Amino acid sequence: MRTVGKLTWLHVYLVVFLVFLYAPAVLLPVFAFNSSRVVAFPLSGFTFDWFRLLLDTEPLFDATRNSLIIAVITAVFATILGTFAARASTRYRFPWKKGVMGFVMLPLVLPEIIVGVSLLVVILQLGLNLSLWSIILGHVLICTPFCIAILSASFQGLDRSYEEASHDLGRSHFATFMLITLPLVAPGIIASLLVSFTISLDEFIIAFFLSGTDATLPVYIWGLVRFPQRLPSLMALGTILLVVSLCLLVAAEYVRRLGARRTGTEASGGFL
Amino acid sequence: MTALAGRVSREARNGLLLVSPTLTYALLLLAAPLALVVLLSFWTQDFLEIHRDLTFENYRVAWTEPIYRALMLRSLKISALVTVFTVILAFPIAYFISFHVPTKRKPLWLFLITIPFWTSYLIRIFLWKVILGFNGVVNGSLVGLGLIDEPLSFILYNQNAVVLTLSHAWVPFAILPIYVALERIDRSLLEAAEDLGDGPVRRFLRVTLPLAMPGVLAAALIVFIPTIGDYVTPRLVGGPNGLMIANMIELQFKKANNAPLGAALAISAMVIVSAISIVFLWLNRRYLAGRGG
Amino acid sequence: MSEPIIRMTGIEKAFGDVRALKGVSMEVRVGEFFSLLGPSGCGKTTLLRVIAGFEEPTDGNILIGGRPMDGVPANRRPTNMVFQNYAVFPHMTVAENVEYGLRVRIKDRNERQRQVDDALAMVGLEGFGARHSHELSGGQRQRVALARALVLKPTVLLLDEPLSALDKKLREQMQSELRHLQRAVGITFILVTHDQEEALTMSDRVAVMFEGDIAQLASPQDLYRRPVDRRVAGFIGVMNFIDVRVLGAVPGGVEVDVAGLGRVVVPAEQAPGGTEGPIVAGIRPEMLTVLFDDSDVAARVTEGEIDEVQYFGDMTYYDVKIDGIGKPVTLAMRNTAGRRVLQPGDRARIGWGPDSVLLLR
Ligand SMILES: Nc1ncnc2c1ncn2[C@@H]1O[C@H](COP(=O)(O)OP(=O)(O)OP(=O)(O)O)[C@@H](O)[C@H]1O
Ligand SMILES: [Mg+2]
Repeated sequence: MRTVGKLTWLHVYLVVFLVFLYAPAVLLPVFAFNSSRVVAFPLSGFTFDWFRLLLDTEPLFDATRNSLIIAVITAVFATILGTFAARASTRYRFPWKKGVMGFVMLPLVLPEIIVGVSLLVVILQLGLNLSLWSIILGHVLICTPFCIAILSASFQGLDRSYEEASHDLGRSHFATFMLITLPLVAPGIIASLLVSFTISLDEFIIAFFLSGTDATLPVYIWGLVRFPQRLPSLMALGTILLVVSLCLLVAAEYVRRLGARRTGTEASGGFL
Repeated sequence: MTALAGRVSREARNGLLLVSPTLTYALLLLAAPLALVVLLSFWTQDFLEIHRDLTFENYRVAWTEPIYRALMLRSLKISALVTVFTVILAFPIAYFISFHVPTKRKPLWLFLITIPFWTSYLIRIFLWKVILGFNGVVNGSLVGLGLIDEPLSFILYNQNAVVLTLSHAWVPFAILPIYVALERIDRSLLEAAEDLGDGPVRRFLRVTLPLAMPGVLAAALIVFIPTIGDYVTPRLVGGPNGLMIANMIELQFKKANNAPLGAALAISAMVIVSAISIVFLWLNRRYLAGRGG
Repeated sequence: MSEPIIRMTGIEKAFGDVRALKGVSMEVRVGEFFSLLGPSGCGKTTLLRVIAGFEEPTDGNILIGGRPMDGVPANRRPTNMVFQNYAVFPHMTVAENVEYGLRVRIKDRNERQRQVDDALAMVGLEGFGARHSHELSGGQRQRVALARALVLKPTVLLLDEPLSALDKKLREQMQSELRHLQRAVGITFILVTHDQEEALTMSDRVAVMFEGDIAQLASPQDLYRRPVDRRVAGFIGVMNFIDVRVLGAVPGGVEVDVAGLGRVVVPAEQAPGGTEGPIVAGIRPEMLTVLFDDSDVAARVTEGEIDEVQYFGDMTYYDVKIDGIGKPVTLAMRNTAGRRVLQPGDRARIGWGPDSVLLLR
């Protein structure tokens, strides 16, 4: 009887929590299709206007293009750097390992504003111009720890005897890495690419500090937030972004399951 | 014995070689810039000109001028509140997923927790403004239900709103480490505790909570440290009294043209946060050691 | 005798403070089925991995086929390995697995294909080439691992507990298949196992390891009949250990007083480790017999009471209490026609002789 009571309390809390958690995500499409110019209740009617308006917004496309370029390059570089570090930490013992790994993971807890400020100072002191590359440098820095965390789990889960078997069958370390290791940790690599891509796409503070004349999507959105008449189309934009990221997520999960089914490995892990 | 040394150092060499690209990157783009920021914080600037004589002036200003002190204390208070609130929000959820959800469905639940965070960060915060606003969802519903006559004004443009919004943003990051810690608890320990006559509450306090402490601590630090540097939330929902130190740092670097003071503020904030974290970790270690001994 | 295929001298291997191998020296002969037998943690896997080139020894050296192996990496050694978990690559088909090592050796595709087919046929997996590892049973996976290694025609094939993951029936079947395969291909096999029965039935020679060193290297028969010490004797088969007192050397052997049984002169070759220091008498269960009636004779006779009976169909094991011996003594009788099975509590006459007794250090 007592357990049932406790469970019920937990359930009530769970529902309240989920409402709290999902409130913004649920309201987003609601306002995106609401015909009123003010983003507030009561709702007035249904419209596609805000989406149509987005299509006519030239700077939006520029910002999106910039963000995509940054996110793709960041994802690739962060995943490569993450692969090096994750591999080293899961397979090798070396001096100061704890310190080294702690240091490269540091951006995970460092306030982003610190990263933004310090890179800004360096770039200005060196007399360089702010560009998309300065943002990429910052994003790679903050994404790499996430990639290391994801890839370490993959490398850890990879049974060492596969690599040893390959080596034993006469293949070089390089061939072993390309033919055995990479295919077997591919799900982790996809997850790493996806997560760093998403973080970079959505990152605002570093981009805000380091963007020169070219705005990224979040920087552009930041500009919109202050113009009340643009808010409904902002809601439409947010809805599109949400749908795109969810599709990406589902697609990645599908690819992962497909791979897992093909190799018959346990379909665990996934994108958390 | 020389062979042993040779072998170990070969492994060490390979490991260091492998980690070196990542390490080099972090040294060049994190350590070096941070060092430069530290240096900058001892310089001075008037308008666009930087004076490179070392001085503590920026720190004196940062630590004694009332406005900066107030801002720093407020930031710490808000971060602390967010941390406590987030961990309290997160713990029952982590507990629920770990103890009441069948193993097969756990990944699904963890996924459910993270979905809302695939909405754009800025838009999500902005939506809280809509929810909490004068004509917002909360006030609209409460007035509509006849629970209140006047819309509540204490829920937006103040520190409460900042705490709520930040907690929402950080709660998944708190759930995950607590969940991981709870998952690690050997279920037979709980049965043993019950077997020894502990009721559910005592069992929770004496076994579950202490064993989950590392997760709670990780959650607290993961939330506390970055929150101090949040810039967007105070700007959007904080109102004039909800601004935090990061807003001032940004102001100094951009509009106020006083980068050295901004640097000193940033370094001060980091030092304070690190000191608090270290004390926190130390207390926790003592607590755990005390229990173990 | 021909040059050994593997010669190891003074192999040491330390993992930090753990000394996994303590100066192992041994030789493996060309074409033999060689087993490494020992309890868990004694260093069998480590020794095998040192041979394969996965672990570099801390000290000592190895010659394989007369060639020193210092600094030769695993992919350049004339050895191949069958892993305990088989390590069949999950993202490749069976045929791709078998072809994997051949790809760098044989450029001609048709020739490669032919060899893959041959290898699969050899292990009885014709027609399985297109399957993936998760579509195979444990036994089939093991055959893939075997084919994958044998197709490269290694000088030595290394097998790390290849049968331990299989159920009893399949294990016995694979034991005889492995033995036949080894005879057919003529390659030297080194098998790691902790199952003494497996080692005895399959091998030409067995090295028994304890705590990082080889205690005895001998043929299965010698190992069973002439174990060098107590540890080996206890590890291989069942052995009764009985207190003994050495009375002195006599022509042709040693005179001893075995507790509960009495004085006897034991031939020198039954004390393979010598009689210095504290020793114990070892008697195998089948070296004692129950004397059912007066027509059964034995060199020496003693009396005992049946304590426990274990009936196996073809054999019966008795635990017999004999005055003067602390623990009941186990003896084994073949259930030949007309022979009855005694019950607990029955008194029996037990026959033994000087050749029943081993003196062990
Ligand atoms: N990579 C390693 N790092 C540290 N210690 C190791 C390592 N590999 C083996 N050891 C230690 O070396 C000793 C021998 O291990 P090994 O695996 O060779 O034993 P084994 O005879 O194969 O045992 P089992 O029958 O359980 O497989 C053990 O004490 C083990 O803990
Ligand atoms: Mg082993």
